[in-house]
Amino acid sequence: MEIVERLLSLATTSIFIENILLANFLGMCSFLAVSKRVDTAMGLGIAVVFVLGITGPVNWLINEFLLAPGALQWALGDEAKNIDLSFLRFICFIAVIAALVQLVEMIIEKISPSLYNALGIFLPLIAVNCAILGGSLFIVEREYDFAEATVFSVSSGVGWWLAIIAMAAIREKLTYSHLPKGLEGLGITMITTGLMAMGFMCFAGINLKDEGGDEGGDKAALVETTADGRLAEATQ
Amino acid sequence: MSSVAKQIKDSSWQSNPIAYQVLGICSALAVTVQVENAIVMTLAVLAVLCGSNVTISLIRNLIPRKIRIIVMLSVVSTLVIIVDQILQAYVYNISKQLSVFVGLIITNCIILGRAEAFAMANPPLASFWDAVGNALGYGWVLIVVALFRELLGSGSILGAKLIPQAAYDVGYVDNGLMVLAPAAFILLGLIVWASKALGGAEGEE
Repeated sequence: MEIVERLLSLATTSIFIENILLANFLGMCSFLAVSKRVDTAMGLGIAVVFVLGITGPVNWLINEFLLAPGALQWALGDEAKNIDLSFLRFICFIAVIAALVQLVEMIIEKISPSLYNALGIFLPLIAVNCAILGGSLFIVEREYDFAEATVFSVSSGVGWWLAIIAMAAIREKLTYSHLPKGLEGLGITMITTGLMAMGFMCFAGINLKDEGGDEGGDKAALVETTADGRLAEATQ
Repeated sequence: MSSVAKQIKDSSWQSNPIAYQVLGICSALAVTVQVENAIVMTLAVLAVLCGSNVTISLIRNLIPRKIRIIVMLSVVSTLVIIVDQILQAYVYNISKQLSVFVGLIITNCIILGRAEAFAMANPPLASFWDAVGNALGYGWVLIVVALFRELLGSGSILGAKLIPQAAYDVGYVDNGLMVLAPAAFILLGLIVWASKALGGAEGEE
């Protein structure tokens, strides 16, 4: 029960409070480029959830069993205690991501050609979407375990998806408004994103920081967590 | 020489990577809480961009078109690993503060964008100057955003207090919003607006 609670609170934190796009600035490039229409934003969002949800755990496994200091002990015995391959982290992670993106591209092309055409050039771009690599690196830096890594990747993806759909909906309306010449396009999009980030900051008021911890019976925290869990479900 | 100067000016002002090409926004926002971080980040990007542009330009005739992305990514991530190791060795504190964003230089669209758009089609020397120009264009936006955020957010620049204590005594308060995410977005939006209005990044085709 305690672990479910911790994972739920991690999910809420990474979808709303520390939204990977609005608080950590990851994945801005494709966010700005693809947020002109809701349906393409939707497609890209789903693709990101999918790719992020797979690469996060896979990269966790690679880091844990191949790259981290002393990780090779399971294969090479005690001699491997001092082997530290963590400098290879970047190149391994990016290779996994590039391969998976290729895979997703082929799957989407087979299943839904119309979505494939709509996403066009942006699908390969997921490979260089910093949200994906950033997610994997955050997992290593924050020392998540496997379950946390999975929850974190999926809910970061969902947070990104949410943000890009909201942005696309706003931008569809924005086309009808009169803006100063220089502000059109990138300028107003950035400012709107800033306002959105401010909105998402309100979620920081929800105090989840004790994260279940040692006092599993902390009633207030429990009630809050379940309420947020429901909120998260409702928003999806 | 003047053509080099013109090329640098073009790529750092007229077609500024951030304001005009919309590349490399992520790191531009994340590392700009302090000017020091912004400067280190600029130098890191400058090093990686020059290295990757020259390398890719040198081997451009050997790369099969189909697998060029993965070739570029491996060149870039090798360079980033080197930069990351150097940062960890010499400026450990800053490298800790930049956290994952050094690694994210790999996915910084400026690097891949320039490799794809310029280095694949031009000789090494021209690619080198293109890299310098773009890195400078990236750098100045980064440093301007950082200047505002550090001055208004913590009242200092490069760690030196600029707002006198007297101002605080009268009731001046640092703007806490400036160190948070939204201010970065809004400031960058305003800078883009200003640079377009000044005729820098020409929006109309």
